[in-house]
Amino acid sequence: MNNLMMIMNLKKSGIMKFKISNEIKLSLPSLLWLLVFFMIPTVIVVLISFKNPDPFGGIGVGWSINGFSDIMNSYFAVILWRTVKLSLLTTIICLLLAMPVAIYMAKADAKIQNLLLLLIVIPFWTNFLIRIYAWKTVLHPEGFLKKIFFTFGLVPENGSLLYNEGAVLLVLVYAYLPFAILPLYTAIEKFDFRLIEAARDLGSGAVRSFVKIFLPGISQGIISAVMVVFIPALGSYVIPDMVGGPDGEMLGNKIAQMVFIDRNLPKGSALSTLLILAVILPGLIRIFIKKSNLTEAIARHKRPKVMQ
Amino acid sequence: MKDFLIFDGIHKSFGQYKAIDNVTISINQGEVFSLLGPSGCGKTTLLRLCAGLETPDAGRIILDGTDISNFPPNKRKVNTVFQNYALFPHMSVRENIAFGLKVAKKSRSEIKKEVDFMLDLIQMQDHADKKPALISGGQKQRVAIARALVNKPQILLLDEPLAALDLKLRQRMLIELDQIHDEVGITFLFVTHDQSEAMSLSDRMAVMNEGKIEQIGRPVEIYESPVSSFTAAFIGDTNFFDGRVIEILPENYSRLSIDGLPEAICFNDSERAVGDMVHVSVRPEKIMMQSQSPSVNHKMNIIKGVVENLVYLGGSTKYWVRSGEWMISAQQHHHHFQLDEKPLKWDDEVWLSWHADDGFMLERYHLDDEKMLTMPEDGDLLAEDIGDDEQLDDDYEFEKKRHHEI
Repeated sequence: MNNLMMIMNLKKSGIMKFKISNEIKLSLPSLLWLLVFFMIPTVIVVLISFKNPDPFGGIGVGWSINGFSDIMNSYFAVILWRTVKLSLLTTIICLLLAMPVAIYMAKADAKIQNLLLLLIVIPFWTNFLIRIYAWKTVLHPEGFLKKIFFTFGLVPENGSLLYNEGAVLLVLVYAYLPFAILPLYTAIEKFDFRLIEAARDLGSGAVRSFVKIFLPGISQGIISAVMVVFIPALGSYVIPDMVGGPDGEMLGNKIAQMVFIDRNLPKGSALSTLLILAVILPGLIRIFIKKSNLTEAIARHKRPKVMQ
Repeated sequence: MKDFLIFDGIHKSFGQYKAIDNVTISINQGEVFSLLGPSGCGKTTLLRLCAGLETPDAGRIILDGTDISNFPPNKRKVNTVFQNYALFPHMSVRENIAFGLKVAKKSRSEIKKEVDFMLDLIQMQDHADKKPALISGGQKQRVAIARALVNKPQILLLDEPLAALDLKLRQRMLIELDQIHDEVGITFLFVTHDQSEAMSLSDRMAVMNEGKIEQIGRPVEIYESPVSSFTAAFIGDTNFFDGRVIEILPENYSRLSIDGLPEAICFNDSERAVGDMVHVSVRPEKIMMQSQSPSVNHKMNIIKGVVENLVYLGGSTKYWVRSGEWMISAQQHHHHFQLDEKPLKWDDEVWLSWHADDGFMLERYHLDDEKMLTMPEDGDLLAEDIGDDEQLDDDYEFEKKRHHEI
């Protein structure tokens, strides 16, 4: 019997090898695409950040770390702090808003589910820039929101809803909320709500059941939601550019400014490199978590010896 | 203690659907009480009402003298073993069992002591640190029981705990459940659609149908003296004959006329009068089959017929014998080496006989009962359960695979 099992295991691993090589073959085109259009440009950006600038906005000769040191002694810390703070706040607010929506959607009838999914997707049929521009109109000093707020005495006559951190945060949340809802919804839909009943049955109150059973049960969805909101928020450019003004600037705007106005490519590249590092960090954490899940999944395949 | 758990006039509807219709049951302390019925009969709803996962529309649930009808689930000293175990997937076996104790804010050492005791009881010490995904269905089942029992509930509710296991494992788990009950002495309320589970485990059981109680009693009472045609048909197999009482005989016997069959003598303790239309139930295993005419006895009913169909079941053989318009099923146990006997075959002429005490006069109150009569229809013969076995879930698949490999 043992021999048979061994043979079966060998066979299984053989199949596994075949599968993996096939998978690589199949994903070769997309890997190639990523290599040519993402990996190589990223490497180029990193390389440029160590070059000297050229007075005409190009790349000069020789290597230096001036790009990095130039950033360090400027306005950088303020912008970095604002970028991280706004991205974190966006992520937290998006999660808090998305959670009840996702729970409601997951528990709703199939018909309502489809309708809600459609409603979430519909805004994407309008161009992103136009939607942001619409916010600019809504928040404009002459816009209706300002007027309403003013009549209720919520803002002073000369106050503005536009061109500040708050406006950037509001529009960031608006832009990324759907991306938070979708992974949460997927995770919650798969969640077995009988586990909550079991927890309640074992004496656990509602809050404890939510924190100890529900949240761990949908952790993958939460991680995905954080990733798809936090990372793009870190690199946002259009939103702070249109509704942020000088007080709402983020790293993305700074990079654009260095490249297009200062015409200092290495400096812009240096800032980009830092941003890439900031983005990769949570990505690495994600991969690490996935890896531990993977090892668990592999362990699951090794059948336990069970008593007879 | 008597009347430990009382369901008092419980009603529960879901929209238009009446799930529980005026149910009153009283369960004693320490007994194993089963709720048995086909799917949709309301047995699981009754269990969920007891656990606090549903609230009754009317009626009271009284546990140990306290009305718990409106307590939330976490305030009841009641724990449940769920149908699909509902083990927390992100916690190890040990953490699963410890969950209730942690909620109850017991000290660490106390939790460890009690969890270890439970692991010992269910023989899972070696698997204590595994996640539920890594253990088999039978093991999950035991963890689910331990997770509930460790809280020392006043009542342990078991919702079809064996439904996801295959036959062999189910039989073994039944014995284990019984042993655990003997060891802990907690009252068990057990829900099942499988009559053999209910019969083998329960001290008493309630047969339910369409939200109502059909009969409450010890398994032997329910099997041997069903009070309704539903119970007779649902618990085990039976033959039903439509008859009319034509004469009252001494010692609680009556003579009946049955269309197309000779007059029959039947026990009549329900005091049916001459002229009453009745429904006589006779269990297949109570019918004797002989290839020669049996000696005449005034309390034996004898019917001559022809074997129309038979199914060899190993320990016994089931026959369907045609007599006039009637198809009578009879089950015969093999007391001798079967190949040495001269077995009865298709188209053999046989004499069927049954004792007057083995027939029951029942009222027939729904046509659906007829569906439950065991007529030989292909593919139906070996259907083991009346009810849903649709949840061939992962655990079950897992067990099956495991059995093939060993």
